[in-house]
Amino acid sequence: MSILIDKNTKVICQGFTGSQGTLHSEQALAYGTRLVGGVTPGKGGSEHLGLPVFDTVRHAVDVTGATATVIYVPAPFCKDSILEAVDAGIELVVCITEGIPTLDMLAVKADLDTTDVRLIGPNCPGVITPGECKIGIMPGEIHLPGKVGIVSRSGTLTYEAVKQTTDRGFGQSTCVGIGGDPIPGSHFIDILALFEKDPGTEAIVMVGEIGGTAEEEAAEFIKAHVSKPVVSYIAGVTAPPGKRMGHAGAIIAGGKGTAAEKFATLESAGVRTVRSLAEIGDALAEVTGWA
Amino acid sequence: MNLHEYQAKGLFKDYGLPVSEGYAVDTADEAVAAAEKIGGNRWVVKVQVHAGGRGKAGGVKLADTLDEVRAFADQWIGKNLVTFQTDEHGQPVSKIYVESCTDIDTELYLGAVVDRASRRVVFMASTEGGVEIEKVAEETPDKILRAVINPYVGAQPYQGRQLAFDLGLKGNQIKQFTNLFMGLGRLFEELDCALLEINPLVITASGDIHCLDAKVNIDGNALFRQPKLSALRDPSQEDEREAEAAEFNLNYVALDGSIGCMVNGAGLAMGTMDLVKLHGGNPANFLDVGGGATKEAVSEAFKIILSDQNVKAVLINIFGGIVSCATIADGIIGAVEEVGVKVPVVVRFEGNNAVKGRERLAESGLNIIAAESLTDAAEKAVAAAGGQA
Repeated sequence: MSILIDKNTKVICQGFTGSQGTLHSEQALAYGTRLVGGVTPGKGGSEHLGLPVFDTVRHAVDVTGATATVIYVPAPFCKDSILEAVDAGIELVVCITEGIPTLDMLAVKADLDTTDVRLIGPNCPGVITPGECKIGIMPGEIHLPGKVGIVSRSGTLTYEAVKQTTDRGFGQSTCVGIGGDPIPGSHFIDILALFEKDPGTEAIVMVGEIGGTAEEEAAEFIKAHVSKPVVSYIAGVTAPPGKRMGHAGAIIAGGKGTAAEKFATLESAGVRTVRSLAEIGDALAEVTGWA
Repeated sequence: MNLHEYQAKGLFKDYGLPVSEGYAVDTADEAVAAAEKIGGNRWVVKVQVHAGGRGKAGGVKLADTLDEVRAFADQWIGKNLVTFQTDEHGQPVSKIYVESCTDIDTELYLGAVVDRASRRVVFMASTEGGVEIEKVAEETPDKILRAVINPYVGAQPYQGRQLAFDLGLKGNQIKQFTNLFMGLGRLFEELDCALLEINPLVITASGDIHCLDAKVNIDGNALFRQPKLSALRDPSQEDEREAEAAEFNLNYVALDGSIGCMVNGAGLAMGTMDLVKLHGGNPANFLDVGGGATKEAVSEAFKIILSDQNVKAVLINIFGGIVSCATIADGIIGAVEEVGVKVPVVVRFEGNNAVKGRERLAESGLNIIAAESLTDAAEKAVAAAGGQA
């Protein structure tokens, strides 16, 4: 079992014929993802990677029956691409692109909130259900089908958590990168709720970082609604205040959003936290009793 | 991206918002000429740097004579101003702003930010002007008034009136404040702001609303559609290495430790710094080489790290997703050949082409310490830098 995507999920790609879209679509196909086509305005009717190219998302959905889309278009055009996907009846939008203006995301998020469409990202590695469906830029080979749900604001930190759960043979049900932007499409609590409901997910790893209050909101949610064991790591203990640490959302402002604060709140909610990101696997073994 | 006060006030002026007459100047002669042009017998002179706390640091002065204007300009232009927000070297002063003097009756606060929790632009106003708003928020949160902007319709006049009445404004001030609020709402949206702040916003002796200070921060991701604002960037206010890194699409933040870090991914870069600290060392920097790093960018990153005199060891931690560890290895080898390296380098490769990357480094004959795991890498780097930093 899994959340969001599985072997039956039909996926299209927006920005299909560009360099990023091409590279990652090839890898997704090699992984076994049911990629059924792509969208590049003006190139409709042609073929790319052996799949049909459409001018509009609506046409792609009508013809292929796709329910998910992955967006690789450049940042200036992402607002338009996301809204187009929402309007075309797509259920899951995964936006990989980094650098979307914050005010664009405010408008997108306001529109999304009036629909049932789920947006993952932007500025994220994507979503993978190991062995079934890979939507995004993560290296497929480090994953193992299994029982840990992983949700993270950072790409490479997700990979570290994946590797540790793969090395120990626990595997992953689904891994979701919600992205490092200040205004993400989905928050920790959205994904935690899905993992809690998923019978295939037996434990959860949540990887957070400095900035904002998403981890604090997650702590509150976990306390009230999550029965499965949760292990959490927060990056940025050593980050100086007021400096943006790579991710647009990773900044400590006015003393708020520190790692120390987030660790404390999560611990008070019964979450097992680790100070070293190398200890995620050990902590999981400890809270679950898995060998 | 931060703007200078004079630039922010220029934008305010474009939007018809009440600011004083003022001129940004590069020399003492120009400063005097600006004061003469403004007229009167009292001026405010302010150094233009990207840092708060200018007043307390001596960077703002009331000048009663043209000689005082000249003296202030002579004192500061070409020097650095150190405030509680800068490092010990301070920020270079290349311009000062000469402004007409405003008689103040009351100091207020007005600001706007993108609020992550509500996912809206939120305006904040307070009767507690002229002090740090974070302090007000912490100590007397009830003294901060809020107006949440609906992204579909933008700022509305009723929201401005509500704030004005709640601030205790009277008569014509209500209309003035509402106009200011509406103008700022437009400015925020049209100029892709990340933050706006007027602290203090004042009621003048004659009872008018007036913007005494102006702070504007622009969303760096939106500069592609704000060419006029891009031109306002002042690289002299940025850390030299950070600016250099940005040219190569590298994210670099200078810190004061002794272990240089080169990592792919912002989260892992922070996680690596934390590991260094956890094992008794101190990171010299945050550096994310990004997912699409080329050999050249890696080379540049390595050179930037080595240009920091405090660096006693370098820790390279790469979890190859898109980026190939072999590419990173080539970049490191290239940089070392070009500039040489006198400090120990610890490398941990994982993921995409990790084996090939390790082989290339081994074949290069460079003095590289290979690490088996994350923890191993951090321990070896701390040991190589001489233990406790």
